Amino acid sequence: MEKIKSSEITPESQYLSRREFLKGLGIVSASSMILAACGAQSASSTDIPTDSPANPVNSSPLPATPSPTVIDEPLTSYEAITNYNNYYEFTTDKERVASLAKDFPTSPWQIEVGGLVNKPKTYDLDDISKFSLQERIYRLRCVEAWSMVIPWVGFPLSELLKEVEPTSDAKYVRFETIYDPEKMPGQKVQWYQWPYIEGLRVDEAMHDLTILATGIYGKPLLPQNGAPVRLVVPWKYGFKSIKGIVKIDLVSEMPTSLWMAAAPNEYGFYANVNPEVSHPRWSQASERRIGDNSRTQTLMFNGYEEEVAHLYDGMDLAVNY
Amino acid sequence: MISISLPRFTKFQAAVHIAAWIPLALLVFNWFTNNLTFNPIQALELRTGKYALVLLILALACTPLNTVFGFRQAIKVRRALGLYAFMYASIHFLIFIGLDYQFDLILLQEAIFEKRYAFVGFAAGLILLALAVTSTRGWMKRLGRTWTRLHKLVYLAGILVIVHYVWLVKSDIRIPLLYGALVLTLLILRIPAVRHKASKLRQNRLFNWVRDFSQSWMERIKTTRIQNPAQGE
Repeated sequence: MEKIKSSEITPESQYLSRREFLKGLGIVSASSMILAACGAQSASSTDIPTDSPANPVNSSPLPATPSPTVIDEPLTSYEAITNYNNYYEFTTDKERVASLAKDFPTSPWQIEVGGLVNKPKTYDLDDISKFSLQERIYRLRCVEAWSMVIPWVGFPLSELLKEVEPTSDAKYVRFETIYDPEKMPGQKVQWYQWPYIEGLRVDEAMHDLTILATGIYGKPLLPQNGAPVRLVVPWKYGFKSIKGIVKIDLVSEMPTSLWMAAAPNEYGFYANVNPEVSHPRWSQASERRIGDNSRTQTLMFNGYEEEVAHLYDGMDLAVNY
Repeated sequence: MISISLPRFTKFQAAVHIAAWIPLALLVFNWFTNNLTFNPIQALELRTGKYALVLLILALACTPLNTVFGFRQAIKVRRALGLYAFMYASIHFLIFIGLDYQFDLILLQEAIFEKRYAFVGFAAGLILLALAVTSTRGWMKRLGRTWTRLHKLVYLAGILVIVHYVWLVKSDIRIPLLYGALVLTLLILRIPAVRHKASKLRQNRLFNWVRDFSQSWMERIKTTRIQNPAQGE
């Protein structure tokens, strides 16, 4: 992983103070997170980012252990992360997702996990809250050539997959976003084949960097960021990190994602961040960090080459884009 | 009262000039008040590009508005609209190379020459540059007939910017195609056969009725002004 030195780095001062706070807290019962998600105020309050008007109700911290992945790059502001979103289920206008998603109900919620598994299970939010949370500071690289650095809170997807026990026939994981056109106006647009589908190979899904996120900056996810549960795969373009998950299936055939169906010559199954392989219509060699107007070189596998390159040994990444 | 050295603008011309500067004023204002989204450079690029496109379409609309719809005033603002389209296209290009790519020649070379959307945009920009430079009366005289032929390149520029737009968007090309349909309509209305047929529609009764009705209103406004000269001045 490039530029990552977990011990030496001093992140943003306000952020550090919260991390100290969390450390002091130790591992708290995860149920407080669900209380927070339901709108109940927990007794403790957090020092970051207090000025956010986005959702004052969800202001209690998630009990996450500090990040095993720290990046020596400034974090993108909470304001930007929660107000500049690609979530076509609401609108294609990144600036309007937050307001359209404001009242989207994310509780109660169920995630049906099945397919080629020995122990299919439907998880509700209480079940999800039982996974112990970690903080993961990842780069997020959008295929549109902008990027952010986001302190996620979540748990490795592998932990959930181990519980349901994939069979030996399971080769891929297929994810599905909630389909609710009444509450998600973008789903009324017939141009795309709803619901949103994404997929990973089982080994990609089991990789430790792959997480299911339930929070950002120590606070529960807001609807515009994919609440209550979303995928985060930091070495792939952002659209792979599917939001508002309601269904996870282990399958034997490679799933066709929404973007593969929409433009198969432009969006492949793998969608690994790769500055060498351009999108057919625009370059992927550089990117713009949101909040910082400079342009930086895009890193191979978004800077996670050391961790994930072996997954693609012997594969032609220009063909398997 | 009014200084004679100023060019004589009709009210319509003045309105066009003022309207063309408003988007730029708003952009500058929004830039300095931090009102251009969390990705302000991209917002600047998208907006200046959109303004250039709209102005180019308006410039392309002037001729059919005159020949088909008999709106003669349109011809008087055609050159200005074309030049404003060029102005916004130039700002668009400068933002792209300067603010966005910070004059990084290696990245720029890849972006402009290896990516088809940027390349066609660049080509359209070069056409507009040539047309803007030769837009003066002097060049018109010097080039004679060639001038007319040269300035027909604006049709190509119109098509190229649509292709630029279509190739730029992520997947949903409905809005770029809508603009494309508009450009195509304006080009088709220039084909002599189509033009004649379309202008014959003006003989149509409904058309005459609308024209007479609006003219009678214009007359009425004029006569009221003459009766109350204080109001009009």
